[in-house]
Amino acid sequence: MSEQLPCKHLVESLSDYVDGTLDENLCSELERHLRECEDCRVVVDTLRKTIDLYHHTNPTPSMPVEVRDRLYQRLNLESFLKKRG
Amino acid sequence: MNDGSVQQTEFSLAALQAGDKAEFARLVDVYSGPIYRLALKILNDPLDAEDVLQETFLKAYRSLAGFEARSSLSTWLYRIAVNEALMLVRRRHPEAISIDQENDSDESAPEPMQIVDWCCLPEQEMLTAEVRKFLDEAIQRLPESLKVVFLLRDIEGLSIRETVDTLGLSETAVKTRLLRARLNLRNQLSAYFGERLTEKKRI
Repeated sequence: MSEQLPCKHLVESLSDYVDGTLDENLCSELERHLRECEDCRVVVDTLRKTIDLYHHTNPTPSMPVEVRDRLYQRLNLESFLKKRG
Repeated sequence: MNDGSVQQTEFSLAALQAGDKAEFARLVDVYSGPIYRLALKILNDPLDAEDVLQETFLKAYRSLAGFEARSSLSTWLYRIAVNEALMLVRRRHPEAISIDQENDSDESAPEPMQIVDWCCLPEQEMLTAEVRKFLDEAIQRLPESLKVVFLLRDIEGLSIRETVDTLGLSETAVKTRLLRARLNLRNQLSAYFGERLTEKKRI
């Protein structure tokens, strides 16, 4: 699916395709192409896997308690923080 | 979408606009986590992220009276947070390209596609701490204008419509940036996992 390939215009549809929101006609055109083009198949599979990895591994730790405490103090909401224990 | 995404919660707008502190505390309780996480990912600095978090809710509290409910409360909060975060980015890196520009300056130079099929790697090799670290770093390598779109849509789980409302960009611009962000990350992961596949073959 590099620039010199005829399937270049299909690249534009890939996000919608993996999100399942691609227009029906374009979708059939893309799927027909995928049956013939190994490179595009790899791109679609690895694109899907990439998004999948980001959806299922959220490496950011949650907000530290002290950050939360300081936020409530700044907003003068300490009493609600205490109530929650 | 992912575990961190926020379920839509009902708030009483009347109570919020009347300055009801308990209702505002409930709003803070639901959205402070996601907003902190988003700011941390945009800025990659815990102190800056905390600043953005505090400023977002201070501004929200002050401007609630004028909130006209044209978008949801969550979209409105995300918009304040993104604006605060991008203001800090610009202050820290004045050379960074503005997210507001509809025309992307590097449109003409797509990267060559990496064609490596790494989907066959065993699941446990893709979920290690090292991979997670790489996933995080890969986001940080995205150009600012692509990064924010990806974070809102694929990490925070906003819809295209909500991302459009949050960033004030056209739907076409959001979709184009999302695609470019995803392809960029796919390329980075392909290079990364491709090396592992090569190493495996050598052993």
